[in-house]
Amino acid sequence: MRGGEARGEAPALVLEGVHKSFGEEEVLKGIDLIVEPHEVVCLIGASGSGKSTLLKCVNLTEPVDSGRIVVDGEEITAPGVNVNRVRQKIGIVFQAFNLFPHMTVIQNITLAPREVLKKSRKEAEGRALELLERFGLLDKRDEYPDRLSGGQQQRVAIVRALAMRPSVMLLDEVTSALDPELVAEVLGVIRELAGEGMTMLIATHEMGFARDIASRVCFLDEGRILEQGPPEKIFSSPENPRTRRFLQRIIAAGRL
Amino acid sequence: MTTRGTGPADSLEPSPGRGSKMLGGQAVLVSSVSTILFFAVIALVAVLAPGSEIVAERFFDPFHLKQSLLGTESEPSVAGAFLLNVYIFTISEVLILILALIIAVVRGIPGPVFFPFRMVAIAYTDLFRGIPLILVLYIIGFGVPGLGLAGVSYLSDVTYGIIALVLVYSAYVAEVYRAGIESVHVSQNAAARSLGLSRWQSLRFVVLPQAVRRVIPPLLNDFIGLQKDTALVSVLGSIEAVRAAQIYGASQFNYASYVVAALLFVLITIPLARLTDRLIARDKRRRQAGAVA
Repeated sequence: MRGGEARGEAPALVLEGVHKSFGEEEVLKGIDLIVEPHEVVCLIGASGSGKSTLLKCVNLTEPVDSGRIVVDGEEITAPGVNVNRVRQKIGIVFQAFNLFPHMTVIQNITLAPREVLKKSRKEAEGRALELLERFGLLDKRDEYPDRLSGGQQQRVAIVRALAMRPSVMLLDEVTSALDPELVAEVLGVIRELAGEGMTMLIATHEMGFARDIASRVCFLDEGRILEQGPPEKIFSSPENPRTRRFLQRIIAAGRL
Repeated sequence: MTTRGTGPADSLEPSPGRGSKMLGGQAVLVSSVSTILFFAVIALVAVLAPGSEIVAERFFDPFHLKQSLLGTESEPSVAGAFLLNVYIFTISEVLILILALIIAVVRGIPGPVFFPFRMVAIAYTDLFRGIPLILVLYIIGFGVPGLGLAGVSYLSDVTYGIIALVLVYSAYVAEVYRAGIESVHVSQNAAARSLGLSRWQSLRFVVLPQAVRRVIPPLLNDFIGLQKDTALVSVLGSIEAVRAAQIYGASQFNYASYVVAALLFVLITIPLARLTDRLIARDKRRRQAGAVA
């Protein structure tokens, strides 16, 4: 269904020859990637392979050195583009949650809809409560983040991003900072989003999850996408020797 | 205060030979005895000093203490004059909070376009933290009226005093704010910006509320200093508590008025000092709770 629906629609996200260096070190060495609407693309690869940097570039947190990024048909890397408006369409969730500690859950979620989208308090809270209820967090609406578990904080962070009704969600290692027993609840939320057809670009170390949820898996190595394809293929018969070696290490570590 | 005790009660491991095995009751006894001895020695020195009787009469005479507090027909009441100090620091504190915040924010605006603004903010803090307050008071209090400009040159001494205090203290408080702003982790700003908030919105709703909360203790500390420095406004001729005490002392040949003025300053400082302590303790508890979680 995902592939079929994409027909005729513009890609949700296009990256063309994206390069990014930090000082001497070239982190992204020409990334080409097309994400169709409702597609869930998982980025896998060792730490330092450029997964997080790639997401930061799409979110314009890091300016790209060269190349183009197009979201919903609009080139966001064009000079003079309104960064704040572009970011409204792209939800990002971070490894460290980054909730605002001085605000309650509901305030965290409604801040951007009210201040950026200029929604009324009632409208913003209505949407927030709807999302909180869906993800089993309704009773936490008036709690401060430090009173929540890591899993709950991360789910609130996902809700906060969803409240802006983004067209693409970027998830950056969202379970890496969690205790093992809290990972499942966060993955459950992401799985639900995927089921609803949310377009997502996910950097993850959770290989089992990637195999389970991804419509496509991209293996990043030293700033390049070495191999991509459906998860069944990447995980069972990878072509590139580097991909094979990476997956062998993962299996040896008992993570797949 | 949040002094970290090194006494017996606080040491984690008993070290032999340093009395750390002392029981609670004994600790109280020892601290009581040492406190009594400490003050007894000071009192003894004061009493045995050759001029102690004269000092007692000049500084602590009950009649003069009371009379200078309330004032006479010819001398102003120190308590009444102290209200002027209260007025000065109340107005100043509000203005300082606003001006200092503006300076701190301007200093943090990135981008080449704002370079001159940042320079002005830096020059301002450098200048007014460098000049002694009393000189700023002279320059503003006598210099500005000397200009003969309509509007700014014909204000009251108290107003010039407030302007000088605000100028000097805003430089300090701006640095306190700046430290607070820089203590908020960059990921907070990143999260706000990723939601589409503008730089200004992120500062206003996410960074500043956290920064201000963190700097309340050092802010109050600066304000305790400000409360005392209102006494310096007297150099412009305003009759505030210290000046009133001076007038009383000069005509009655008795300095009990100074003691009264000192006590009034202490009296109004103590609540603020305790509030500062409580906020520091609360902040410490919170950070420890946060570290555990």
